Amino acid sequence: MKQGNIKIDSISKSFDGVEVLKNISFEIKGGEFFSILGGSGCGKTTLLRMIAGFIEADGGAIYLGNEEITHLSPNKRDVNTIFQTYALFPHLTIYENIAFPLRLKKIKDAEIDREVKKYLEMVKLSEHANKYSSQLSGGQKQRVAIARALINKPKVLLLDEPLSALDAKLRQHMLIELDNIHEEVGITFVFVTHDQQEALSVSDRIAVMKDGEVLQIGTPSEIYESPANAYIADFIGETNFIEGEVVEVEDEFGYMESPNYGRIKFELDKDVVVGNHVKLTIRPEKVKVSKSKPRYLDDNDNIFKGKIEEMIYSGFQSKFFVTVEDKLFSAFKQHVDFFEEDAETIHWKDEVYVIWDSADSFLLEVM
Amino acid sequence: MKNQRSGLVYSAPITLWLTLLFVVPTLIVIVYSFLKKGTYGGVEWIFSANGYNFFSSSYFLKVVWNTVEISVAATVITVLIAIPVALYIATSKYKNFLLFLIIVPFWTNFLIRIYSWIALLGNNGLLNKLFIKLGLEPHQFLYNKSAVILVSVYAYLPYAILPLYSAIEKFDFAMIDAARDLGASKMTAYSKTFLPNIKPGIITATLFTFIPALGSYAIPKLVGGNNSQMLGNIIARELTITRNWPKAAAISTILTIVTVAFIFTLSKYDKDHKGGDV
Repeated sequence: MKQGNIKIDSISKSFDGVEVLKNISFEIKGGEFFSILGGSGCGKTTLLRMIAGFIEADGGAIYLGNEEITHLSPNKRDVNTIFQTYALFPHLTIYENIAFPLRLKKIKDAEIDREVKKYLEMVKLSEHANKYSSQLSGGQKQRVAIARALINKPKVLLLDEPLSALDAKLRQHMLIELDNIHEEVGITFVFVTHDQQEALSVSDRIAVMKDGEVLQIGTPSEIYESPANAYIADFIGETNFIEGEVVEVEDEFGYMESPNYGRIKFELDKDVVVGNHVKLTIRPEKVKVSKSKPRYLDDNDNIFKGKIEEMIYSGFQSKFFVTVEDKLFSAFKQHVDFFEEDAETIHWKDEVYVIWDSADSFLLEVM
Repeated sequence: MKNQRSGLVYSAPITLWLTLLFVVPTLIVIVYSFLKKGTYGGVEWIFSANGYNFFSSSYFLKVVWNTVEISVAATVITVLIAIPVALYIATSKYKNFLLFLIIVPFWTNFLIRIYSWIALLGNNGLLNKLFIKLGLEPHQFLYNKSAVILVSVYAYLPYAILPLYSAIEKFDFAMIDAARDLGASKMTAYSKTFLPNIKPGIITATLFTFIPALGSYAIPKLVGGNNSQMLGNIIARELTITRNWPKAAAISTILTIVTVAFIFTLSKYDKDHKGGDV
């Protein structure tokens, strides 16, 4: 196994009597781009700061490789952090900021110079070496922080919501850059974020946290396509939920009777028996909306009628919100063709058919 | 161009104020220092450099030494106390209340506050009464250099805490974490990130303590002894008892020059290695 693997073993932590981390255990593989995703107050930052050494666990242990680091002080850990505010040193030049960890080690000037120049090159800041952080843009500051954290050649790089201070365009750009740097240095990245898009786009694996617990760990597509529960389905992207009682079970498919949508066919992702109460999730982009009833309907298709309540046109796609009974159901349509020339333009208050393939839904909960 | 002119107009009142109340009096003092002393005080308008012949007096040199020693000691101690206090206040939940406590002493007259130290530490003061009650030998705390330094530290501490507080409040403590993360021990993290970033506060605190300390009069007069007199006391004596006005003016002039040189050096040091705003 590559080095730089982290083992979190039954970690717990309370602040002022409030449990922030509840007996958490999981492993991060060496060289992995691992994201910890969750809303504010879920404990993700606490966990990250614990790996960095700024917070001591109440119970449990943390291992880096084969070494237990639970009680080591931050300067003794082979781990470096990119802080949310970057925490660059304003009294030092960019060059000296990056040289800081090496100066502490009392390395010879010539060697420091060689290393700093190499890392300045890597983050494309060579011509800014003698500037101060106050003279840099947000993205440049971010890159200084990356170079400064990597120059020590840590086994693990911790990133604490590093993109939250950047605007949307720059965020995309930095994500790609982070991904490239990860590829280049090959060490473990632990990336804490509340932004599911960020997590989905760069991670090898994601841990979703809520209220101090890890709800699910998996690849981005696993988390998105087969969420462990309704909270994750809702948190990661947008989705529709359908609840009802199972009335019939076949080999691979089941049928349920939903108070709002009638008889719904669904794939059996979990074992169910007739009489179970179940909850399905169906992603809006997998749902089609049509003004006229399609001439050909597949045996697996679910269909029901509703009324367009709201339409949001956003260039590459339109979001339709359809009312069925008193429930809102959402469907996203990608505009591959010109919207204006779309044969069948849908208007507000139109009666429409909502259709999806029963294999595209995911069975979340059986109660 | 227009901006420059309106700038001059706007700064006219303060320029006038400073000229009338600071520049003119200072010039008068300098001019007086080069005049002949009048028989019963005052000056005669005849040029004379006799006011400056004090350099040969060993007593005068002793007082200069006292002044420097006491001022430096008081400044160093004050700033060393003020940094942790300001750090504590800036990071406390109760910072507003603590700041209020720092300002409270200003409501009482300066002299009264010095006298209360006499009430505390005097030969018949509270502390000595306590000593006697406990069966200990009473001790003379006052009328020496240490007493002057102690009361000076007390008097100038708020002036040092406030600028330090405002510098520390702006400090991003994530920098300490960053330094620790990058391999610095706790001590190194503070000395390499905290101290350089609050340098402007340290310089202001030093100026605010050292300058008034150099010009001390009341504190050495009230709690100092014969061996702890400072330049301020000599100036007062030359002016009111010996009635040698040119000499008093000459000492004042030297003191002013030293002070200005000190401010100039420190503020230049503040500007060095400065890379834009924090």
